[in-house]
Amino acid sequence: MLSTSPTRLGLFLQTVVARAYPRIIAQHRRERSWIFFEVLLPMLAVSAYVFVYRAIGAPESYVGFVVVGGAMIAFWANILWQMSSQLFWEKENGNLSLYVMAPTSLMAILLGMAVGGMSATLLRAIGIVLLGTLFFHVQFSLGSVWLLFLTFTLTMVALYGMGMMFSSLFLLLNREAWHLSNLAQEPVYLFSGFYFPVKSLDFWVALGASIIPLTLGLDALRQLVFAEGAAIGFLSVPLELAGLAVLSVVFVVGSRRMLAHMEKLAIREGRLTESRR
Amino acid sequence: MQRAVRSFRMAAWLGWQIESNWTDPFLFAVYSIIKPIAGAAILVVMYGVITQGDFGSPLFAYIFLGNAFYIYVGSVMTGISWAVIEDREHYQTIKYIYIAPVHFPTYLIGRGAARFLTGSISVVITLVAGVLFLNLQLDPRAINWPMFFAALTAGLAMLAAMGLLLGGITMQIANVIYFVGDAVAGALYLFSGAIFPLEVMPAWLRPVGFVMPLSYWLELLRRSLLGELAGGFPTFARFSNAQLFGILLGLTAAFTLIAAVAFRLCEQRARERGLIDKVSNY
Repeated sequence: MLSTSPTRLGLFLQTVVARAYPRIIAQHRRERSWIFFEVLLPMLAVSAYVFVYRAIGAPESYVGFVVVGGAMIAFWANILWQMSSQLFWEKENGNLSLYVMAPTSLMAILLGMAVGGMSATLLRAIGIVLLGTLFFHVQFSLGSVWLLFLTFTLTMVALYGMGMMFSSLFLLLNREAWHLSNLAQEPVYLFSGFYFPVKSLDFWVALGASIIPLTLGLDALRQLVFAEGAAIGFLSVPLELAGLAVLSVVFVVGSRRMLAHMEKLAIREGRLTESRR
Repeated sequence: MQRAVRSFRMAAWLGWQIESNWTDPFLFAVYSIIKPIAGAAILVVMYGVITQGDFGSPLFAYIFLGNAFYIYVGSVMTGISWAVIEDREHYQTIKYIYIAPVHFPTYLIGRGAARFLTGSISVVITLVAGVLFLNLQLDPRAINWPMFFAALTAGLAMLAAMGLLLGGITMQIANVIYFVGDAVAGALYLFSGAIFPLEVMPAWLRPVGFVMPLSYWLELLRRSLLGELAGGFPTFARFSNAQLFGILLGLTAAFTLIAAVAFRLCEQRARERGLIDKVSNY
């Protein structure tokens, strides 16, 4: 009788779907309250910064910058807490060794996490943009939809590639994992220009911050959706797209290599089941 | 009383160990410096870009000081509710602590005290950075120190009461425990006028800020630190210092009473339903 085992690619894709499933189904059917909080919390911060800009007499375009930046923060939070820290939490819960023993690749599992996380976060980001637009009367000036789609896609590929890389690094951490994720919030919000155009920073600081895909992605998105976008852009959109493409390749390839290396290291040093609380 | 003091002391020690011994002192120092500085720098850059660096304006001092002292809200208030989450979900030691001869509410406040210490480090660093690099008008000789410490103490008592209330609520729930503290802190950040005058908000939202004890607390701190410069902030200009203290103490007393009653009820309910040591794996 012929074997009905899936092909290697088939198993890879099945794993991606299986790992993405709980992130999509759990959040939209079992935990609907999370949708409320994950839109509310960023909206509170967005609202506060909008009022700050209004208090200091900023042009109304800055309100739009804050709303879009606040929406993209949802993705960074997803990267920190549901990608980077995820394998660490799996180790804490005792699932990591099961993942390693399963007849599939960890890369597929991480990719499933990324796909599930990205789709769930996308809904939240859209919610934040819609609510921000409704409350604060943001005016958009959309140019090319295809360019916007390409920018967003490249940003997500690069960003989640970075998230997969961080996941493998966090395999080696213990309690410091939570603190490092906590530390990576405000500095990234600052240097990536979530609440103001990154062009406001020193050129070399902004260039250095461009290693984080959201820096270039957010800047390009702002240039594409706001009339004043081009005036406050750090680099031109084509250049930023090229940068994002390079980052995508670097992070995805890097995550694959780093994951293999870290997996070997974790197995050799016995850190797969280590749970030092 | 002795039991409460002992509980507080041990909880504060335990909380300090948890907050600080996850890494070596150097990295802990870096973490303690970078996080508050980056948070303040976001507002500084926003302000600087629009006003072309007019850091001598009273409005900058208003924003900077409000943001700096708001660190205590995340530390103390959210820290107390986080103690329940950490002990129940992460360390799974809450049942052992609960049945130990400690006064549990005082234990939670002690854990908040440890976060107060780490928060104080962040606040001091932020203020020093503001004075050194941003021309923040803080003259130690001109500060009304008795008023400052009185306001700070009253505010911390208020935050501890709110934290205890949140802690009691956290004991009842599982799936949104990580959001509740942040949601309350975020709402207070928005409605208390921490980083912008309440006049900027739509008129129908402003009354919310006037029932928040944090609004009065931050105003008292600003007045004690800035003296006459704080007169440029219109929101509470019609209130004297004594009136502000009266309102703050009244609201603090009210919140303390509500927190004490609510925590007792939540604790009782948690015991009846076996929630004290329930591990939700959230």
